[in-house]
Amino acid sequence: MKVFVCISHVPDTTSKINFTENASEFDKTGVQFVINPYDEFALARAMWLKEKQGASITVISVGDASVESSLRKSLAIGADDAIRIDAEPTDGLFVAHQLAAVLKEHACDLILTGRESIDYNGAMVPGMLATLLDWNFVNACVGLEIENQTATALKEIDGGTETLSATLPLVVAGQKGMVEEKDLRIPNMRGIMMARKKPLTVLAPIAIESSTHANRFEKPAAKSACKLVDASDVDGLIALLHKEAKVI
Amino acid sequence: MSVVVYAETSEGNFKNTALEAVSYGKKVAEQMDLPLIALTVNATNPAELSRYGADKIVKINHADLNRFNAKIFAGIVQQVAERENATVVVVDSSSNGLYLAPILAIKLSAGYASNVVAAPSSIHPFVIKRKVFSNKAFNHTEIKSEKKLIGLAKNSFGVFENPTTANEEDFSPEICSSEVRSTAINKASGNVSIADADVVVSGGRGLKGPENWGLIEELAAVLGAATACSKPVSDMGWRPHGEHVGQTGKPVASNLYIAIGISGAIQHLAGVNASKVKVVINTDPEAPFFKAADYGIVGDAFEVVPKLIEKLRDFKAKNS
Repeated sequence: MKVFVCISHVPDTTSKINFTENASEFDKTGVQFVINPYDEFALARAMWLKEKQGASITVISVGDASVESSLRKSLAIGADDAIRIDAEPTDGLFVAHQLAAVLKEHACDLILTGRESIDYNGAMVPGMLATLLDWNFVNACVGLEIENQTATALKEIDGGTETLSATLPLVVAGQKGMVEEKDLRIPNMRGIMMARKKPLTVLAPIAIESSTHANRFEKPAAKSACKLVDASDVDGLIALLHKEAKVI
Repeated sequence: MSVVVYAETSEGNFKNTALEAVSYGKKVAEQMDLPLIALTVNATNPAELSRYGADKIVKINHADLNRFNAKIFAGIVQQVAERENATVVVVDSSSNGLYLAPILAIKLSAGYASNVVAAPSSIHPFVIKRKVFSNKAFNHTEIKSEKKLIGLAKNSFGVFENPTTANEEDFSPEICSSEVRSTAINKASGNVSIADADVVVSGGRGLKGPENWGLIEELAAVLGAATACSKPVSDMGWRPHGEHVGQTGKPVASNLYIAIGISGAIQHLAGVNASKVKVVINTDPEAPFFKAADYGIVGDAFEVVPKLIEKLRDFKAKNS
């Protein structure tokens, strides 16, 4: 089984979010970039499929040379090879088209990725990619088993879960539950050494227009200070929630 | 030309997010001077949508459509959008909305913006405001394509009544095949889901153990709220994973979020800060949640929460 894992290279959750150029660009100064947390669950599930069912794993990302640190980390965790599409990921549609163009040229049974990236939170690349490839698609996956050419996936729905059965080839957008938090992988020294020798191919992008343009950023208005209510005065809290906040 | 809204139903009834999407669609339709067309599938009372501004209601009724399938439903919305020559299509951010929208964007060749929180600030060019960086910022995004698809963030625009006299029309779409089949739905009955809840009561490590969750459940019951928990609590197995809210867990965008014994790690806040009003109860006045919350009590949950439950019962008895 051939598995592709799509990786986004995103600012770490604890990063300060600032903008430059009249708020038109994200300020990368001093920001640490990491593998998108949702994609980590996808990669860990791919590793499980590799170890239990002999899958081979290619990790793929769209971006400039800086994303290679996340690709190398993925190789150190255990992916077999990596592909970087050398382009600025301008929007979800652009990324989906770039990935689809490469996937059409490769044999692949399963694409795993996170349900969204924590930078632009678009949650659109997996579904677009599946549709461009005319493959089956499972979103918000919290459990995945593959047997022969059929996947059994547990999908999160509002208020519960749904069990889905889908034939391969398949795109799965996952989250915690694909594996548990404790099963996420941290590269060991041997993995890091081996990763240096694993192939990382850089491909030129295809020509495609993005359909949206991120113009100007804005930070939320400064929040007023938390109103503290004395622990003995729960009536005071209820009055505030009723009369001021009007939420009860 | 028109604005088309897919108004999702759950067991025949419109969800609040669907009514919000219709209210939003009305605003966009007014800005563009276009009719608003609402699309419903197996709705018990489609006419309800005229109260929120729909000029026409396209009704689809089909026994094969009782269970949601993203590809099939995306195909249906596509057919209605093309039939009505839609310039703008609006869907909500329910789990089904998020599932079908990217498929629909490709099928319609529409530029798609998700997590949208406000009506367009400009029509030419078409610019909307969306949440980015896990609610830590907004971006004003231009949709450049001729057709536009908007995924409306939950609880961002509001539900507004705007009564119209709507025409109703039946439509029989072609139903495409799908190789993704639903074999089971597993829902806890009787509980309010986090996605649909107006109020969410959430517990953290400060509650000391799963045996104390009665407090959270009792407070939630008084408020008609959903129960949730922080990541450590679900990682330790005190509560099921489905209750974990925060980054990598479920997002919360409720009207009221009450955090009890949760310190407010940045990953937690990233997932819950879309809630309108946040209340924190924690023994530690230095807990980061106090910086993110609107109201706070520095105190022991085991003393404060039982009093809060009792006083809220009195309040509810007087005000209902």
